[in-house]
Amino acid sequence: MREDLVAAIASLKLVESLSLVKQMLEKGENPQVILNACSEAMSIVGAEYEKGNFYLAELMMSAKILRQISELVKPKMAEASGDSRAVLGKVVIGTVKNDIHDIGKNIFAFMLDVNGFEVHDLGIDVPVDVFVEKVRAVEPDVVALSGLLTLVFDQMKETVEGLKKANLRNGLKLMIGGCQMDENTVKYVGADGYRPDAVAGVRLAKEWVGGV
Amino acid sequence: MEKSNQELYQERMQRVKDVIALKAPDRVPIVSPIQAFTYWYAGVSLKEAMYDYAAARKAARKFCLDFQPDLDFGPVMMYPAKAMDLLGLQWFRWPGHGISENTMYQFIEGEYMKEDEYDEFIFDPGHFMTTKWMPRSFGNLKGLEKFPPMRGSMWYGWLGTVPPFADVPELWDALEALKKTGAEIARWFESLDLYKQELKAEGFPIAYGGWAFAPFDLLGDTLRGVEGIFTDMIGQPDKLLAAVEKMVPIAIEAGAAAAEANDPPMAWIWLHKGSDEFMSVKQFNRFYWPSLKKLICGLIDKGVIPVVYGEGNETSRLEYYTEIPKGKTIFHFATTDIFKAKDVLKDVCCISGNLPNSLMVTGTPDDVKAYCKKLIDYCGKDGGYIMDTSALLDEAKPENVKAMFEFTREYGVYR
Repeated sequence: MREDLVAAIASLKLVESLSLVKQMLEKGENPQVILNACSEAMSIVGAEYEKGNFYLAELMMSAKILRQISELVKPKMAEASGDSRAVLGKVVIGTVKNDIHDIGKNIFAFMLDVNGFEVHDLGIDVPVDVFVEKVRAVEPDVVALSGLLTLVFDQMKETVEGLKKANLRNGLKLMIGGCQMDENTVKYVGADGYRPDAVAGVRLAKEWVGGV
Repeated sequence: MEKSNQELYQERMQRVKDVIALKAPDRVPIVSPIQAFTYWYAGVSLKEAMYDYAAARKAARKFCLDFQPDLDFGPVMMYPAKAMDLLGLQWFRWPGHGISENTMYQFIEGEYMKEDEYDEFIFDPGHFMTTKWMPRSFGNLKGLEKFPPMRGSMWYGWLGTVPPFADVPELWDALEALKKTGAEIARWFESLDLYKQELKAEGFPIAYGGWAFAPFDLLGDTLRGVEGIFTDMIGQPDKLLAAVEKMVPIAIEAGAAAAEANDPPMAWIWLHKGSDEFMSVKQFNRFYWPSLKKLICGLIDKGVIPVVYGEGNETSRLEYYTEIPKGKTIFHFATTDIFKAKDVLKDVCCISGNLPNSLMVTGTPDDVKAYCKKLIDYCGKDGGYIMDTSALLDEAKPENVKAMFEFTREYGVYR
């Protein structure tokens, strides 16, 4: 049944996936087994994306399926043993101040999460000091700044400078994302890298934490 | 002898008409939907520009006279904020309303049609828009939920559809709000008309006529949201396709109505979710292109010039665009490989854009000139190219905007 679930998620069948999960839970299956099946399915989804067979719609559909599975599984989690998955690295992510776009950021945060990162999502319109405080508190490996508009160039730059001023920039890898970004922007902002889509971004984050 | 403003007006108009007809004009035209830059450049805050129509006109006029585009955009991008306040618009944040006073307004996507409402929409889009979309989009139109389905008024049906106007006070509140807002929007349009007349006297035609959107985007942007419509592509593709088809005549009607009132009669089709970033070529071919093509052809049939304004990368879709009637449209490209676009589309349509907005912010005037030169040399060969930035221009160094306009005027002459 576990194999069926992996196949159902990887072929993006919502109704079938949910019914399998319900059956597994009724039979007293350990929730952790279900979650592991989810990650296995997601690595298939990620691979299909990289091969060009899957696109954004398929990522979003898999996210929708996983969200609904997680709602079914969560209540059972307390009874079972705690989350035993190994964390690849920590990421603080957010859309910088004055920008309220979050579609790209959300899908990236989701992909990071299913790929084994501990994700701290600060949401949208995030001021510099909120980034600084969060970075101080969780000591992430990667900070990911998102923004759609050209207005965010300066805001991203200020965020990077804010981290420098707080002596938090060293040892930290900084990624930017959004459709106006390119290598010029990386330099301008003082970041370490940019990737054009969520899966490529996850690959860069993995390279950075040495978890390829 | 110096040319009169009337001659300059005709000259600019001819330049654009020639380039669209794939004839070489006298020089590369510049038509650029400049957005927030206009107001920042003139020292007018965006909040002021959206609330004070005269202030917006003044700023737009300064931009036009200082930079001299071939077709001007005027203050149309500064939507009437008072009207938004009066209706309580939900899917927008504008200066002083959710974002700071000088930040560009931003659109917030949401689910304004739920995943199980396709049948209702397809059955009667007008009634769905009235009783579901409008009340969800505008806080002060909640009463429209009670608007009766007039489609059933035939014979003695009206005995059932008329009583709500007496029985339901919330309906009147909504109609009152619409009346007040309608008057405010009329003032905004008067301002746009006044601007058009003033600028015509200065020798400048206006670029905008109507706004249009790809049928898929109409559903995706404002009804289902990106997550909704993209998961529908996988979970309920047939319903989605039926709704997209239903949108085609709606999109043509909306785009043509305003465009026909302008000279040149342009309808700007702002493309959003069909680009390489969002969907595969296969998905584009199934869900996006057939209805977009119908929109483009439908507008052309009505004598409208569609300006198909791509906001992403469409490099893998260029072959599809060869299916449209020749010499009738402008295709604007953002991050598409525009040199490849020139190769593929040179006998099909005029192309525009691709001067990177990031360069306008981070580059120098020499960087801008070098990029413009590349565009004019390749894309402008024998005509068929209009100078424009990649996306609507907000942040930019004024000296870079100056470089873009002056260099194109000098270097872009066909000899």
